[in-house]
Amino acid sequence: MVEYSAIAEIVGRTLYVSGVAVLIAAVIGIPIGAWLGLRRKKSSRWLSALVYTGMGFPPVVIGLAVYLLLSRQGVFGWLNWLLTPAAMITAQAILAIPLIIGITMSTVRDVDPELHLQLKSLGATNRQIGRTILYEARSGVLLSLVAGFGAAISEVGAVMMVGGNIDGRTRVLTTAIVLETRQGNFDTALTLGVILLLAAFVINLTAVLAQRNV
Amino acid sequence: MSAIGCGRTADNLVIATTTSTYDSGLMAAILPDFEAQHGVRVDLISVGTGEALRLGQAGDADVVLVHAREREDQFMAEGHGIDRRDVMCNDFVIVGPTSDPAQIMGEIDAADALTQIATAEANFFSRGDDSGTHIREMALWEAAGIVPSGDWYNSIGQGMGATLTLANEREAYALVDRGTYLKRDDLDLTVVVEGDARLLNAYGVMMVNPAAHDIDQEAAAQFIDWLVSAATQAKINAYTVNGRPLFRTDCGF
Repeated sequence: MVEYSAIAEIVGRTLYVSGVAVLIAAVIGIPIGAWLGLRRKKSSRWLSALVYTGMGFPPVVIGLAVYLLLSRQGVFGWLNWLLTPAAMITAQAILAIPLIIGITMSTVRDVDPELHLQLKSLGATNRQIGRTILYEARSGVLLSLVAGFGAAISEVGAVMMVGGNIDGRTRVLTTAIVLETRQGNFDTALTLGVILLLAAFVINLTAVLAQRNV
Repeated sequence: MSAIGCGRTADNLVIATTTSTYDSGLMAAILPDFEAQHGVRVDLISVGTGEALRLGQAGDADVVLVHAREREDQFMAEGHGIDRRDVMCNDFVIVGPTSDPAQIMGEIDAADALTQIATAEANFFSRGDDSGTHIREMALWEAAGIVPSGDWYNSIGQGMGATLTLANEREAYALVDRGTYLKRDDLDLTVVVEGDARLLNAYGVMMVNPAAHDIDQEAAAQFIDWLVSAATQAKINAYTVNGRPLFRTDCGF
């Protein structure tokens, strides 16, 4: 029922929204994850518990919160972001940030503690220590990005709420699948589902290949 | 109906109906009476007309209660349903922001009103989901000789409730059945166009063809008879929200 060009457009928008969301989430999440991973204080446990809770946060609640913040009456209503890709990027980034923080944090923790001491004895600054350890943990950091992207691209409830599933503007693969299934267009729904799986697979494959090379 | 064969419990009558009968609160108000009288439990599936008819066609419902006469006639003609009866009606209205950017307040010709919305490129939210309301909206655009498209036209593929919420958020126009609109008290949208004969919204009930699917024929027949009985029709007329009646049964069927 959906033409080829319409599908291509939906795929493009899906990759754009989730790609930008993960980029933003990475910029925020990796430094926080690294910092938490390097801290070895008691209070870190509380923060870890918070981050792990965030990793399992129900996307639909994120959708509700973003909706309320961006609605006309909301604090950020003046941005006029509701029902635009910007709102969807916001929701997906919020969804991905705890995942990226959590996985980065635990891989940084798993880096040999001896390295930390060695670097310190060699007189490295905190910044240099952080960068070196993050480099050692790079495959885990990459995994965090892949996990964040996977969560973002497969999410449906939040983007339906804040994006509105508007044809030609905010419709993405997941919301299109919901619509086509509801209308009994199972062929189109399945096609879109396969494309979504393929996109996820290609991203994961790229990550795995990249991991072998780093 | 076999409980094992189709995964439904034998006692439950499955009625696929439209969001308008459900969101308006009508079904919740009148159904307990039917369940008590006949000892039948009802599972109400609230979807758009197109989806309700497809559920019936697939044998996933016993009864369909919808509002798109042409589709109903087609459903009957193709042998998917039997025993169609007229049930009730209300009307569609075009709602919009009080600022009325397309200047259509009080317009009585619905197609002319849509033409003005398109000319003004005023924001319009469409169900876009093959529901009875969407089917009627598309018929009105056709009557206006317009294929709606552009940045002002938002086809969202969601239910009536979501469409009203988003139209309200964007201060946009939308076509809505009066019942669902009246049920909402959170909206800044107001009725701008009403009264056109093409805005009549009539509901019909049909039994899914028992020759084609293993349905609960006895309970389905009981439900349809009950729905069009004088007592139930009186209850439909008496059902009000905030003191306003939502449906009537003297529709000139």
